[in-house]
Amino acid sequence: MSELHFPWIQVSILVPLLGALWIQFMGKRDNVLAIAAAVCGLTLLLTLGELIDFTLIGSFEAHDHWPFFDWLFDRDVFVVDELSAFQLPLAALIFLVTITSTLRTKSPRFPVELALVSETLVLATFSCRPSWTLILLLIGSAIPPWIELRQRQRCTRIYTLHMGLFAVLLVIGWGWLSLIEPASPTALIPGALITVAALLRSGVFPLHLWITDLFEKGTFGTAILYTTPLVGAYAVMRLVLPIAPTWALQSIAVLSLVTAVYAAGMASIQREARRMFCYLLLSQSSLVLVGLELVTPIGLTGALCVWLSVGLSMTGFAIVLRSIESRISRISLVDFHGLYRQMPMLAGFFLLTGLAAIGFPATIGFVGMELLIEGAVEVYPLVGTMVVIAAALSGITVLSAFFRIFTGRENRTRVPMHARPAERFAVMVLSVVILLGGLFPQPGVKNRYHAAQALSEQRNEDLALRSAADVTVVRKDTSSRPSMETPATGSLTP
Amino acid sequence: MNVIDSEMPFQVLGTAVVASPMILLAVLGVSALVGKPLTESLISRMTQVAVAVALASALTLVGLMLVVGRSYVPVEWGDWVTIPEHHFHFHLKFVFDALSIPFVLLSCVLCGIVGAFTQRYLHREEGYGRFFLYYAIFFSGMVTSSLAGTIETLFVGWEMVGLSSALLVAYFLERENPVRNGQRVWSVYRLADAAFLIAAITMHHMTGRGDFGGLLSTGVWPYGTATITSTQALLVGSLLLVAAAGKSALFPFSGWLPRAMEGPTPSSAIFYGALSVHLGAFLLLRVSPIIQASLLLQLMVIALGTVTAISGSLMSRVQSDIKASLAYASLTQVGLIVIEIGLGLHYLALIHIVGHACLRTMQLLRAPTLLRDYDELENAMGSRLPREAWAGARNLPVDVQRWCYRFGFDRGFMDTALDRWIVAPFQDFFSWFDRVEHRVTDVISRESSRESEQAKLHPEELEKAA
Repeated sequence: MSELHFPWIQVSILVPLLGALWIQFMGKRDNVLAIAAAVCGLTLLLTLGELIDFTLIGSFEAHDHWPFFDWLFDRDVFVVDELSAFQLPLAALIFLVTITSTLRTKSPRFPVELALVSETLVLATFSCRPSWTLILLLIGSAIPPWIELRQRQRCTRIYTLHMGLFAVLLVIGWGWLSLIEPASPTALIPGALITVAALLRSGVFPLHLWITDLFEKGTFGTAILYTTPLVGAYAVMRLVLPIAPTWALQSIAVLSLVTAVYAAGMASIQREARRMFCYLLLSQSSLVLVGLELVTPIGLTGALCVWLSVGLSMTGFAIVLRSIESRISRISLVDFHGLYRQMPMLAGFFLLTGLAAIGFPATIGFVGMELLIEGAVEVYPLVGTMVVIAAALSGITVLSAFFRIFTGRENRTRVPMHARPAERFAVMVLSVVILLGGLFPQPGVKNRYHAAQALSEQRNEDLALRSAADVTVVRKDTSSRPSMETPATGSLTP
Repeated sequence: MNVIDSEMPFQVLGTAVVASPMILLAVLGVSALVGKPLTESLISRMTQVAVAVALASALTLVGLMLVVGRSYVPVEWGDWVTIPEHHFHFHLKFVFDALSIPFVLLSCVLCGIVGAFTQRYLHREEGYGRFFLYYAIFFSGMVTSSLAGTIETLFVGWEMVGLSSALLVAYFLERENPVRNGQRVWSVYRLADAAFLIAAITMHHMTGRGDFGGLLSTGVWPYGTATITSTQALLVGSLLLVAAAGKSALFPFSGWLPRAMEGPTPSSAIFYGALSVHLGAFLLLRVSPIIQASLLLQLMVIALGTVTAISGSLMSRVQSDIKASLAYASLTQVGLIVIEIGLGLHYLALIHIVGHACLRTMQLLRAPTLLRDYDELENAMGSRLPREAWAGARNLPVDVQRWCYRFGFDRGFMDTALDRWIVAPFQDFFSWFDRVEHRVTDVISRESSRESEQAKLHPEELEKAA
């Protein structure tokens, strides 16, 4: 396996952790946010270094090896491949802009050190191969939000119930799977358990209540950080995609499609902005899942593109909402607020990020959404059109929210509400990426297609191996048992 | 080699037509994004230059085409996105032909007139820069749509026109009605866009390409014949008909048209009286080979046009404000244009579009001063202006006359019907799920689980807002 020229992954995982420890020992100071932002900035640079290094190597996957860290991390635990190479900088960027845009007045409520720990966990998760370490990281990443809810003295029942179930299903499923022959028919059951766990973490209907609850009770910042990197989708990619039969994945895609439409519909009737955002994110992330589960090269490419666009645009959208919330508290969508004159720049960013989220032309989401729809219609000519319906409903919701928040009445508040430099920086960075990615989509699409192709090939090889093992098992066993899986051919073969 | 015979002048001029409004949009967009507003004079000068460059380039190109005797000039920008292994191409191609040239010239002329008019109309208005930003989006969208050589390119322009239209309807940000109407326009447009997108992808699957040329076996517009079967044409054509109906406010989507008049007069004139309202008809013209491929589809187009024309005529007669009356009068004409398209009278429809767009632009730009003229005229006469009812109405039974009046006055009951039969059930359906979710989370939490319900209606009004 190829090797990176510098241990980018390991260092980028450790930097936020060290930053969290530093802040913890330093105690509450005025410059906590500045330190956290610097740590996140450094982490982003490291992940960008990893991306550039990886691109120059030109391999499907690579790991970093630094003797200094050998005692800490096993050599093959953290591996970057074409899927995670982009997810790592994306996750680091999400953390950077969220922390940067936090107002100093709100820092006592926002647990910065927990956010940095979360960043470590998310980066480690995205760098990890399917293994017990990945399982532990996925479970571990659910703990910081839980601690925050406890610290805020909010009820954690819903969150604990869902995440507990997620952890239990994941552990049982993975443990069971590692104990039996992969080709055995009983492997379908642990596979199903892992699938349910991954879907639960992704918030697929009707297992999504924990997400709305987290947005209700947690700080907005934590909710953004826990949901926008789409760790659930990553779990599907790493744990479910390699083992699930094509028919099963495409059946789950219908469930994700229903979630996308359901969440888009729910977003349109919400009476409060944070809940509206939560459903909007759920709808968009479900669309990513739809593409992943279609297991066709076009659908997979679309999903990987939309994954990036959702991560960027929904984070930007959330940051603007959070900035407004931090000035006027929770935003009711029942009536108009007319805040345009007070915050014209934030209004512009709100519209831009919202439009990017729904895949408006010339934004980063447009081509991805086109590919996704193409893939969905290819597999399900009629049901696939529901992707378009979900996108249309989301579009209506975005503009409705824009009108409710920024227009409709004359606001005479004299309190200045303009975007502060830190907020401007955060949304500007995202806007530049959203627009550049939208105007020049070919490099990104080409790269994502290559990743989709490689992942498809890898999956085909895995399934073929399992199928071959299955034949051996059948020969050994005189009783005729049904095969677990037929290797995927045709649409998956590039 | 003779310069006129070579391809380069066509490519350069064609590119200039498309790029000019886009550069304007980029400059205005970036200045708005970074919070550095430009001066009024700079904005107006840049707008004039952009329109002039686009118009001059288009005229020169047409002149060159006439000189060399070409009726079709494709301008290729190549693949914006491509995955060759799976034949996925997002091809940027613009065509200058008998349909696109009149439409793009019309767009440039009318956008130029309205731009010049607005410089004075909105002088020293707070939203001057915002108006011209939306104007630039609209102008770019119109030029892109008019010249689009592939259905994907047309969709890009179509979306830009939709967004700018909705934002311009809601231009007066501090009033609730324009904003509500803007939302209504956007909602109808999104549904129309969804139909368009599904049609585009279906077409892509059928022909393997999004190029309009892929639809035609021989010849360029309007002489080509569709290469898809009658059933396929019916499927794609029906979706495109829904898209066109949404965009051109055809029956039953006509409700948004008078609402769109809440925007400033110049935008009403250009968007809903002249260009935007004809975009649906333009789409039907562009895909006319598909319509001709299915008799049932043709009948559907004619029926839709007839119903729209009749209802538009009834509604325009009972409106109490001039802009709404003009809007419905426009609708009547658009209905007639659609009938012409259904009957295969393509050139007549095109001429009708051009003539009607110019007339309505003039009427709508005159609308504010016309009222004043009428006032002065009536004051001089000492009585109301005589207004004669349509002679044919007297021959109708009284009940029918009353029903027609109610139909027109209630704007064809279209908004009421859409609200009652689509919006309300939709909201009820999801509200029920919302209540169920609320109950479930309350039961699990053993307490009230929604802090969001305590959100104040207008927290921004509190003195403590900071």
